[in-house]
Amino acid sequence: MQLLLRNITHHYGGRTVLDDISLTVDDGEIVCIVGPSGCGKSTLLRIAGGLEKPDAGEALLSGPEPEGSLNPLTYIFQDFALLPWRSVEGNVSLVLEDHGIAAAERQAIIADVLARTSLSDFAKALPRQLSGGMKQRVAIARALAVKPAIMLMDEPLSALDSQTRELLMDDLVALWTRERFSACYVTHNLNEAVRLGRRIIVLSRRPGRIRDVVEIDMPLAERADRLAELETLQRRVWEIMREEAREADREISDVA
Amino acid sequence: MSHDATRDVPASHAAAPETGGQRPVPFRGGGFVHRSLGPVAPIVFLVILAVWELGSRSGFISPIALPAPSEAFGALIDLFQTGMLWKHLGASLYRLIVGWTLGSLLGIAVGLFIGLFSLARAGLLPLVSALFPIPKIALLPLFIIWFGIGEGSKVATILFGTFFPTVIATYGGVDNVDRTLIRMGQSFGMSWLSIVRKIIVPGAMPAILSGFRISASIAIVLLVAAEMIGAEFGVGAYILMAGALFALDQLIAGVALLSVIGLIIAWLIGKLEKRLLSWRT
Repeated sequence: MQLLLRNITHHYGGRTVLDDISLTVDDGEIVCIVGPSGCGKSTLLRIAGGLEKPDAGEALLSGPEPEGSLNPLTYIFQDFALLPWRSVEGNVSLVLEDHGIAAAERQAIIADVLARTSLSDFAKALPRQLSGGMKQRVAIARALAVKPAIMLMDEPLSALDSQTRELLMDDLVALWTRERFSACYVTHNLNEAVRLGRRIIVLSRRPGRIRDVVEIDMPLAERADRLAELETLQRRVWEIMREEAREADREISDVA
Repeated sequence: MSHDATRDVPASHAAAPETGGQRPVPFRGGGFVHRSLGPVAPIVFLVILAVWELGSRSGFISPIALPAPSEAFGALIDLFQTGMLWKHLGASLYRLIVGWTLGSLLGIAVGLFIGLFSLARAGLLPLVSALFPIPKIALLPLFIIWFGIGEGSKVATILFGTFFPTVIATYGGVDNVDRTLIRMGQSFGMSWLSIVRKIIVPGAMPAILSGFRISASIAIVLLVAAEMIGAEFGVGAYILMAGALFALDQLIAGVALLSVIGLIIAWLIGKLEKRLLSWRT
């Protein structure tokens, strides 16, 4: 399934945050969106997921939904968005309960996704007992449970310390190698972008426009061993962004 | 808050800074932390009772001004032996439980409406704000006309008294539910009812339970007012009767009973919080 954004323009209180943005997320492709803070990355992702309506332009899906997908467009949030009063399995169960799945089958799905994210031993734990990395793994397990066609990831690793971030990035690469999910991955961390992105879309500061698109052909699985080449790419993206980031830093913000 | 900051300046090292020799970093991190001191509360309570009893026995406190605790205790024993204790307590507890339960249930329902629907908020919130500050005691004659001089008016007084704080606690709780959790529910295509049942209500529960603490105390305060007119039995009626007869020992005994009811309710709500909010740290 493909996600197409066409000429998205959006305003907040008279200010333009997104200006004429068009992009496509192809089947099995991770598209990273980077840009200075406040450039409307998260807004763009909310529009892509149908949580917000753009003032102009449209978000389209094309192609058939994959079989058995309960929620084709599925989010991963920066702050995990786990219910603190539900256990790990309860949090995964939550998103299955509205779909009229028999209890036994639901248990099977939960056990399966927890095994795939190596969380089986933590099924009964409450979110407050888990580290940040584990919480995000739970959120990933929850997303996998609904068999998404496209994952919308809003700075999924930004709330984690750098060691945990490395571990989760490896997990994501392994997961992608196995399942070839497509994703729209918003981040301000250029290292994540070059490690995970098939394409990197660089946005300008507000109003967000597409500054440049960087394509990376290197297979994901090889990237961990070819860091030197990635470093060059990362520097290239940073060169594109530097001036924008400096200007954005000096702006007074009133938009979340 | 306790501000018992510790100030230990070790004398032996006082001269060290001038000489530049090795010296420990002075400790400045003490104080401002509460320790749990279990037996302090009962000790304070017992000391007050003892001083009061001694004062009465020695004649320092006139028995006309304040009866001795032992006399109040005697009145309580008397109440127990005549079997009137259970009659009074039974009547009062019935009014408290019925009035508080109905008031809380209605309050939670209206609070959820105000929290969830813009129309309800626009229409009902000003009404709640206007009616909340009215002393329900002042409306007692009205309640008697509307609900009868029997149990109806007494239950209604408590019901209205507990209704408004519960409404305010509930809608405040709904407003404070983490927006990202609601957005998460929407992003997974959960139904509106599921989001309310599984995300909003549990998220508002801490606020609702602390509202219970306030409304339970208000219910006890209003109990005495509700039993002012047309009540034969009830702790409030007993206190008012004792007051009218200047039987101060009985008055103190009745007030102590109310106090104990309040303590027990607070303890029960504490238990409920432990159960329902075990997910919090």
